[in-house]
Amino acid sequence: MAMTAHAILDISNIEVVYNKTIQVLRGLSLKVEAGKVVALLGSNGAGKSTTLKAVSGLLALEDGDVTSGAITFDGAPSGALKPHDLVRRGLFHVMEGRRIFEDLTVEENLVAATYALTGRKASSGRASSSFDAVYEYFPRLHERRNGRAGYLSGGEQQMLAIGRALVAEPKLILLDEPSLGLSPKLVEEIFTIIARINRERGVSMLLVEQNAAVALAVSHYGYIMETGKIVLDGPTERLMADQDVREFYLGMAGEAGAKSYRDIKHYKRRKRWLS
Amino acid sequence: MDWLFFTEVTLAGLGSGALLSLTALSFVLIYKATRVINLAVGEILMLGGYLFFAFVTAFGLATWLAIPLAIAGGALFGFVVERTLIRPMLGESSISVLMLTVGLGSVLIGATELIWNTDPRALPDFMGQTPVFIGEAYVSRKIAIGFVVSALVIALFLLLFRFWRGGVALRATATDQAAAYSCGINVPAVFSLAWMVACATAAGAGLLVGAIGGISPTMGVFGLSALVVVIIGGLDSVLGALIGGILIGLVEAWAGTFLGGEYKLVTTFSILIAALMIRPYGLFGTVEIERL
Repeated sequence: MAMTAHAILDISNIEVVYNKTIQVLRGLSLKVEAGKVVALLGSNGAGKSTTLKAVSGLLALEDGDVTSGAITFDGAPSGALKPHDLVRRGLFHVMEGRRIFEDLTVEENLVAATYALTGRKASSGRASSSFDAVYEYFPRLHERRNGRAGYLSGGEQQMLAIGRALVAEPKLILLDEPSLGLSPKLVEEIFTIIARINRERGVSMLLVEQNAAVALAVSHYGYIMETGKIVLDGPTERLMADQDVREFYLGMAGEAGAKSYRDIKHYKRRKRWLS
Repeated sequence: MDWLFFTEVTLAGLGSGALLSLTALSFVLIYKATRVINLAVGEILMLGGYLFFAFVTAFGLATWLAIPLAIAGGALFGFVVERTLIRPMLGESSISVLMLTVGLGSVLIGATELIWNTDPRALPDFMGQTPVFIGEAYVSRKIAIGFVVSALVIALFLLLFRFWRGGVALRATATDQAAAYSCGINVPAVFSLAWMVACATAAGAGLLVGAIGGISPTMGVFGLSALVVVIIGGLDSVLGALIGGILIGLVEAWAGTFLGGEYKLVTTFSILIAALMIRPYGLFGTVEIERL
């Protein structure tokens, strides 16, 4: 890797307000270097999904606005672009809850994602080579390609959601909670493939997860956010060694061993990352 | 039984059935993309007939020019309605949007009565009079042309939805707008296109219906029969619109001729009720998946 890493995504000091009243992000900054997987961790309601929606522009559909700060994707400011234009420039958002098109067949879901290629290559109907790539990563989708997507299991639906992203041949994938509602075995399977996609195709990823352990296992760098801003960041090895991260996010009690829940709660209430 | 007579009745039924299918297609297109039931379809159909009438009588245009202009007028109307009335209602409950289209229909009827008053009129003839004979059976030329045009348009849409990926974009948008955006689909453009094409189709159907039965501010009632067709055939199915239209057209023709005019509505709505009880999503409609 002689090439100096440049940031494919640079979020600088953004604030996000919903319905012109509720502020969710308060001066958040983060960077994703090209070719890297970056984890964004934090508890419920910290603003992780909002961060992704701010980047992909889907925030506008929920009455949210980026009121200050700047987002740069692939060297150009992304603020003024419509969501579909951003996708066509190579930024794909795999939303929380998978959001596959249930009434369409598996293959039609992939066809829908070929719209992301508009203006990039002569899009002649089926981009069959990229479909083959999807089926190679997820053979189970191939078996069920003519079945309705709504009848897929939760794990298969997540595979399809990631498969749609692959069809779009993105430079950056925003992945929101891919482990949501899946069994540990499936989570492992999916994260193995996420790591493979990053390694084999050089796609950068910004990964939002509740399951910090699996997320950090595939990431190069991690950010931890709390109530709308980043409170801690660093290379994954350093985060995994951090005492607070181990305790709060990885569920390792450390040397303290058997604390009672009452004590932990009490401790949590006092403990703030910024203090 | 007089087989020749039966064949003629059947052919007439096929003709009006094809027109029903064409009008039903307008419902289907808008519902497929936007999940809105546009109850103003009948009135947009009327608008198409009156536009043609105005272009020929008031502006003195040739019929070959007035026909595409009337259809384009329908498309323009759809574009404006989607931009100014439907898009701001995005995210509102579907009942609100439904009522909005009811209101739109009433406004169109009122405006038509103001401009052209309530008298029914005959459209200038643009199809010729020579009857068509299939074997020995007589078919009115207008009904034959209406049938052929409707069949061609519906066949075109069936092919489009099968082989053009825009059909996928339409259905994807209807299923989940945010996810459609995330796949790179230009959602507002899909909405616009669906309304324009659907309203152009309705306006075109208005030309055919008006040519056969004349135009009047109440001709929009035809849209209600087409609504029955889409409910039977399935709100999101082009094939359902085709088969439902033919079915209703035939049943109405047979019941009207052999049982008496008063049986037309009874049989139609009996079929509607039976269809709803057996297949609430319509014969060819997509069964909704509820997954928790």
